[in-house]
Amino acid sequence: MASGLRTGRMHPLPACGESAGWGAAPMTPATIVFALLFYAAFLVLVLGTGYRVWTYSRTPAPLKIPTTPAPTSRGGVALRLAREVLLFESLFKAGLWLWLAGWLFHAGLALVLARHLRYFTEPVWGWVAFLQPFGIYAGFAMAAGLAGLWVRRMFVARVRFISTPSDHLMLALLLAIALSGLAMKFVAHTDVVAVKAFFLGLMYFDWQPLPADPVLYAHLALVALLMLVFPVSKLLHAPGIFFSPSRNQVDDPREHRHLAPWAARLDPRKN
Amino acid sequence: MAAADIKAPPLRADPGAPQALLPGAMAASKPYVANDKMQQALGFPGELVDGWQEKAIGRMGELLDKYRSLKVYMDACVHCGACADKCHYFIGTQDPLNMPVARQDLMRSVYRRYFTLPGKFFPGLVGARDLTKEVLDQWYNYYNQCSECRRCSVFCPYGIDTAEVTMAAKEIMDVVGLGQKYSNEIIGKVHRIGNNLGLPGPALADTLEGLAEDVKEETGEDVRFPLDEKGAEVLLVTPSADFFAEPHVDSLIGYAKVFHAAGIRWTLSSHASEAGNFGLFIGNYDQLQKIALRIREAALELGVKRIVVGECGHAWRVAYSYWNTLTGIGAGGDDPFARMLQQQLDSRYRQPTHVCELTWDLIERGALKFDKDANDHRVVTFHDSCNVARASRMGDAPGGQFEIPRAIIRAVANKYVEMPRGTTREQTFCCGGGGGLLTDELLDLRVKGALPRMEALSQVANAHGVNFMATICAICKAQFTKVLPYYGFKMGMVGGVHQLVSTAIRLGDQH
Repeated sequence: MASGLRTGRMHPLPACGESAGWGAAPMTPATIVFALLFYAAFLVLVLGTGYRVWTYSRTPAPLKIPTTPAPTSRGGVALRLAREVLLFESLFKAGLWLWLAGWLFHAGLALVLARHLRYFTEPVWGWVAFLQPFGIYAGFAMAAGLAGLWVRRMFVARVRFISTPSDHLMLALLLAIALSGLAMKFVAHTDVVAVKAFFLGLMYFDWQPLPADPVLYAHLALVALLMLVFPVSKLLHAPGIFFSPSRNQVDDPREHRHLAPWAARLDPRKN
Repeated sequence: MAAADIKAPPLRADPGAPQALLPGAMAASKPYVANDKMQQALGFPGELVDGWQEKAIGRMGELLDKYRSLKVYMDACVHCGACADKCHYFIGTQDPLNMPVARQDLMRSVYRRYFTLPGKFFPGLVGARDLTKEVLDQWYNYYNQCSECRRCSVFCPYGIDTAEVTMAAKEIMDVVGLGQKYSNEIIGKVHRIGNNLGLPGPALADTLEGLAEDVKEETGEDVRFPLDEKGAEVLLVTPSADFFAEPHVDSLIGYAKVFHAAGIRWTLSSHASEAGNFGLFIGNYDQLQKIALRIREAALELGVKRIVVGECGHAWRVAYSYWNTLTGIGAGGDDPFARMLQQQLDSRYRQPTHVCELTWDLIERGALKFDKDANDHRVVTFHDSCNVARASRMGDAPGGQFEIPRAIIRAVANKYVEMPRGTTREQTFCCGGGGGLLTDELLDLRVKGALPRMEALSQVANAHGVNFMATICAICKAQFTKVLPYYGFKMGMVGGVHQLVSTAIRLGDQH
């Protein structure tokens, strides 16, 4: 995509003249709505998730309960967590199709998110530029993974049994984000230069107008919704795994006395 | 369900195929409720208290703040169902509430209602519900269909351990007066008499004398079974079933022969005459610690240098994973409480030690001799007990809890066969009787829960003539003894690893 990549300037003003110039187009109501929406969504996402993570970190794990066999060193635990987060090791043991759909979706999501950094950085970072072409396949992988997961949730009896409306809605939300994003790439191009200007404008408090594109509006609104629900949803599994005692504890209870503060405070004669 | 009506479910032709759901199949399965005496002995209300709903939610809030496991597990589940078909009780009963995720959701739905924003404002959307009496009763029935075996946690992408949820549920139910008779009565016996079976000191001494006589008759050797002997090197803490139940007692004889052959001075303790700790099963930290402290007290009283745990699954979990935390038995504690015991215990050995670690160590050093052909009438397989497999370790490296018992078996028997992949080691199937469920009124559940292990056993029995399933857990031994006949196997087919050791060990030439 054109000028956004080439310019070395810090100012969000695009080099090409055809896009909205500095103060040349009116600040649309949509721009104001989305600007406020994203500020709010960002705050809710960061503060809300930050708060949950803080409560996880403050809650003690008084007993050694790693699922054994477990690593006996902290380095080993780091490797175990890395294998979980990058390869979905435990899920692989659970079943090939579920692992494939889940991994495909998440790997796709990771690449898509990385590629989207280009809208928030100026100049675009080297490795983000490098990822550009892969991002396209990632978008399809993401949608395919999500579709596979949703079909499974609808048609496999035991998964259907445990599904709440929010489980289906979350898949719908993510799929709609993926499809609207792919649509802007392949079906109805949007003015990404202006989009980048808009987001950089939010970051530097120098608002730029958002293109009046319904698919873009849908995509952005859905993303904002995702950000808003993240801290009160099952998406907390993302930070949560790092605090899961069955995965993050070192298996060395005979070698080191593991004692939570509240356990240590029990009967002083005993402790 | 009348005992006569209990039948084993048929072995599945294709264990990999998805099973049909039978909603409500086990809705009536319910263990006896503890009476007020049993409850009060543990400091719980004698019966369901007024205002129980508020009290229960309050206790849930406290547990959420004290146990990171509960807090994270309530939030992190994405309902992917990876765990769903992994639980032996679901496999055996097909009741969808026995899928681990569904079992957790019995609590998670209540958690969402009272502790999360969406649950407060949009309950229907997120599967949140009020804690009504119906829900509480459902908790009682279905949380007593979980043996806390942790198999589900192997497959969950975040390691969510349903056992932690079950323990929390039982604790919440106990504090509002709804306790399970089997577990709570047993804990009462430990406090009153010293062990799960209520075997008092003099009776224990008598039993041990009898055993010494039996062994003298069988082997001609003066194999001792010491009790409360000060100054012994080893304190053996073993499940009380080892003192007289079959086949458990054959393992006790095995330990005694090993100590005798190796010249190790050992003792049992009437104060710590129980390795088992049902405080684990009811998720109550206070009981867990109280019961564990008896071992510390006995060790200090008898002045021993090593603490060794016999063949008991959950006891080994508590001993290995929790004793250091609860009682200071182990290394690395920096407080007066822990250091006091560390000074007495021999730091060259891991404290506590599993009897299999001790025996294997002796075998590796050539201190024990065996006639392996004495076990030639047995084609042996090994059942990994859940608490040993998924909640403990033996030896230095992860997975020692799988390797060491098998190494011992191969040292004392010629014919060993492994059960199919995915049914042993970290993925081992629970025997179906653990976690406080080893009681007759749950026999239907126990028979059904044993299905996947019985399928695996059938495969090796048919293909390789396996006629002995060794295991190192007292509950597994009791459960299998009862349940094997429902599947057409002989109850004598299950036994301990040290039973095999006892059969093959050469005693005479040690002197």
